[in-house]
Amino acid sequence: MFSGFMMNTWIAATIVAIIAGMVGFFAVLRGSTFAAHAIPNGAFAGAAGASLLGISTLTGLAVFSVAGALGIGALGRRTRHDVATALALVLMLGLGALFVSVSSQYAQETYSLLFGEVFGISPDELLPIAGLAVLSVAAIVVVFRPLMLSSAMPEVAEARGVSTQRIEITFLLIMALATSMTVPVVGALLMFSLMIGPAAAARSFTSRPGLAIALSVAFGLVTVWTGIAISYETNWPLGFFVGVLGAVFYLVGRAWAGARRTRTVRAGRVPAAVTA
Amino acid sequence: MSEGAPATAVDELLRLDGIDVRLSGREILRDVRFAIRPGEFTGLIGPNGAGKTTILRVILGLQAPSSGTVILAGEPRGKSRRSRAGSLVGYVPQKLAIEPDMPLRVRDVVGLGIDGNRLGIPFPSRARRELVAGTLRAVGADGYADARVGELSGGEQQRVLIAHALISQPKLLLLDEPLANLDIRSAQGIVAVLAKLAREHQIAVLISAHDMNPLAPVMDRIVYVAAGRAAVGSADEVLRTDVLSTLYGQHVDVLHVHGRVVIVAGEDGVDPASLGPVTRQPDAVFGGGAA
Amino acid sequence: MSSVGHLFSYIAAPGLLSSGPVRIAALVGAVVAITSGTVGVFTVTRGQSFAGHSLADVATTGGSGAFLIGLNQFWGFLVFGVGAAAFLEIIGVQRRRGRDVATGVVLGAALGVAALFLYLGSVTTSTTGASFTVLFGSIFVIAPSTVPVLVASGVIAVIVVVVLSRVLLLSSLSPDIAAARGVPVRLVGATYLMALAVSVSLAAVAIGAVLSTALLIGPAATALRVARGPERAMATSAVIGVIATWLGIILAYDSYYWPPRGHGWPVSFFIVAFVAVFYLLTYLRRPSRRGRAQAAAGPSSPRGPRGPKGPAEQAGPGERACSAAS
Repeated sequence: MFSGFMMNTWIAATIVAIIAGMVGFFAVLRGSTFAAHAIPNGAFAGAAGASLLGISTLTGLAVFSVAGALGIGALGRRTRHDVATALALVLMLGLGALFVSVSSQYAQETYSLLFGEVFGISPDELLPIAGLAVLSVAAIVVVFRPLMLSSAMPEVAEARGVSTQRIEITFLLIMALATSMTVPVVGALLMFSLMIGPAAAARSFTSRPGLAIALSVAFGLVTVWTGIAISYETNWPLGFFVGVLGAVFYLVGRAWAGARRTRTVRAGRVPAAVTA
Repeated sequence: MSEGAPATAVDELLRLDGIDVRLSGREILRDVRFAIRPGEFTGLIGPNGAGKTTILRVILGLQAPSSGTVILAGEPRGKSRRSRAGSLVGYVPQKLAIEPDMPLRVRDVVGLGIDGNRLGIPFPSRARRELVAGTLRAVGADGYADARVGELSGGEQQRVLIAHALISQPKLLLLDEPLANLDIRSAQGIVAVLAKLAREHQIAVLISAHDMNPLAPVMDRIVYVAAGRAAVGSADEVLRTDVLSTLYGQHVDVLHVHGRVVIVAGEDGVDPASLGPVTRQPDAVFGGGAA
Repeated sequence: MSSVGHLFSYIAAPGLLSSGPVRIAALVGAVVAITSGTVGVFTVTRGQSFAGHSLADVATTGGSGAFLIGLNQFWGFLVFGVGAAAFLEIIGVQRRRGRDVATGVVLGAALGVAALFLYLGSVTTSTTGASFTVLFGSIFVIAPSTVPVLVASGVIAVIVVVVLSRVLLLSSLSPDIAAARGVPVRLVGATYLMALAVSVSLAAVAIGAVLSTALLIGPAATALRVARGPERAMATSAVIGVIATWLGIILAYDSYYWPPRGHGWPVSFFIVAFVAVFYLLTYLRRPSRRGRAQAAAGPSSPRGPRGPKGPAEQAGPGERACSAAS
């Protein structure tokens, strides 16, 4: 299981899980679930288009992810509940279907772009993925404090001179980078699960940021490692494990949080009427 | 008056007797009683959260009381009476989930008041159209009959909702805080419409509000609700420092300023227990029906 | 007449109308469009677009499962869709928006399972292309024997929604008023969710589970921007849906002659594209409609500040559909 080409797989998946875990923490904090749905859709269209044009999939992914991120940033928060944006997202998927269908290998390609294909990572793809990862981590480190402040308390951040608009765009771009490297591994439809599931679960266990990020990364790693190991034996798609384990971690987290609230109520520390 | 009299006087439209409501272990209402006669304009006054909406919901059958009885037009309310009460009682709720994109024009909303609880599509008939138009005229909303309901101002929406409740020709109109978000002029307009309906069509009106002043000129009686209990009577009987202090369980002052009534909290440190239980007060004020 | 025929033959490649699959596609497509359009009007106004989207994701799982065990995909879409609707109803998701994270993560599990089913199915049956048809539709390869079932399901769903239209509107306007007037609000909502599940399943057959939301909310949102009154909105929505579907079918048929030759572009792409275009077209008309409405009101009523109280979206009617499509 740890022979030559599998090492690529392990390394790529590990990198992806770490980045997804870190970015996911902020995404959950900021409530950017819409972007986490939207950017992968555009990424799918970009990857399909790239393969149609014969250029590297990663390039197509990156370009469309960044374009999508900037588009969402330009439209602002109101994008969430618009019919226009819902239709735009579906249109992206439709475009992807188009591109994929007129290129040659369309069945397999559809599947791997939407549900992931971790075993197909070649050594020369590893370097760009690692590069994107380093870039993402560097970006997060640089903007960490203003990012935390504007995520947790946007008005306070504004008052202290942090431009929430710029932080939002920066964060969306970081998400775009994370998307570009995650989609090849787990697929466009499951990226949400890898990015949001572990991070949301982590938040149920702790509110300390450092610990939450660590937990988020840990859950993500457990998810992909389990997936790869079982996948190696059974050949089942990694996306399956990502989706199911992501949900499991999340539900366990919710149960834990619920049980902790009941314990606190029973101990009399919180009046019963307050717990919703 | 409160003891010995049988279930209902013949001309009472609505009687609440000994209504308690307990939710999740909290007591929302305790021993609420009052009656309403046809054509009477009653204000259901009290601070937010006092239980006014709960009282309305009990009357409508949307909330079952923990104890006590509701008698509507001589019949005690049980579950099966709901649809009958539905045409006897018109309801104008506080919050409406009117989305801007709802495909409903004003005349559609009012039309739903006729038969919105039935299956199928309404047959457009001249009689129906005229009924809708007439009702809209009665509330002064005929100018925007074709506008989308989501595009109206607050006051316009209230008129439409009143028309909706009115069109099934109820005997009792319940309104939950219709004036809360309106500017003064719109509020006065609504009160005028309601007063006219009460006068000219003998429709009883029970309207809840946290500020009684817009209603003062037209109210026949007040049901003042605070801390889950109610004091009932005319404005002069209820809006008094001793009555309301007992109700609130703490000292409050009732001030009359240029013909308007203002209620302010009094000093601290008054032991509520020293003010005595509610039932010690004259029954004409707390819990009786007709004065 | 001949100019119409001329125009038609200009945009439609030869043999369109005589092709069997095209005729079936046109019939089923029309049924799907009418069903989704009618049901979609209520989905959008009740703010339940997220429910439609959730049902679509679960339908994906169902369709993949059906493929795995060799059943027609429609049954998979339908059974899972109805099951999910029942589940949503039981956990009380008739209120406005589902919580984004919770539903997204749980749906992610559904999609993960779909991935598994598709993989297992492609291995055991060694057919390729199932992923594509489950996800992006199979309107040109519908077996004639399934047509009656599809048409019947659509007709039933439309009848249910039309019959319920008034009580649905009343309960959407105010559940309290409806309940006070004897409407079994919860039952009505649950029945409607079932009709929604059927719509989603039909749309999934036509343009794929992943894209089905477009037919559900696109024509409806477009109609809501231009039509007044519930009956007109439903009819307009259905018509828009049918036009988009038929145009999509025509172009998809034509695309066999476009590069790459002999392959054809996916119908679902065209349909979604037309749905989007029609929606965008309504933005051109908007200013004049508002002006007309204001003029019609006349001087008889003093108009207060426009827009309802509360969290009003000043962007105008017809645009409130909650949560992303995918």
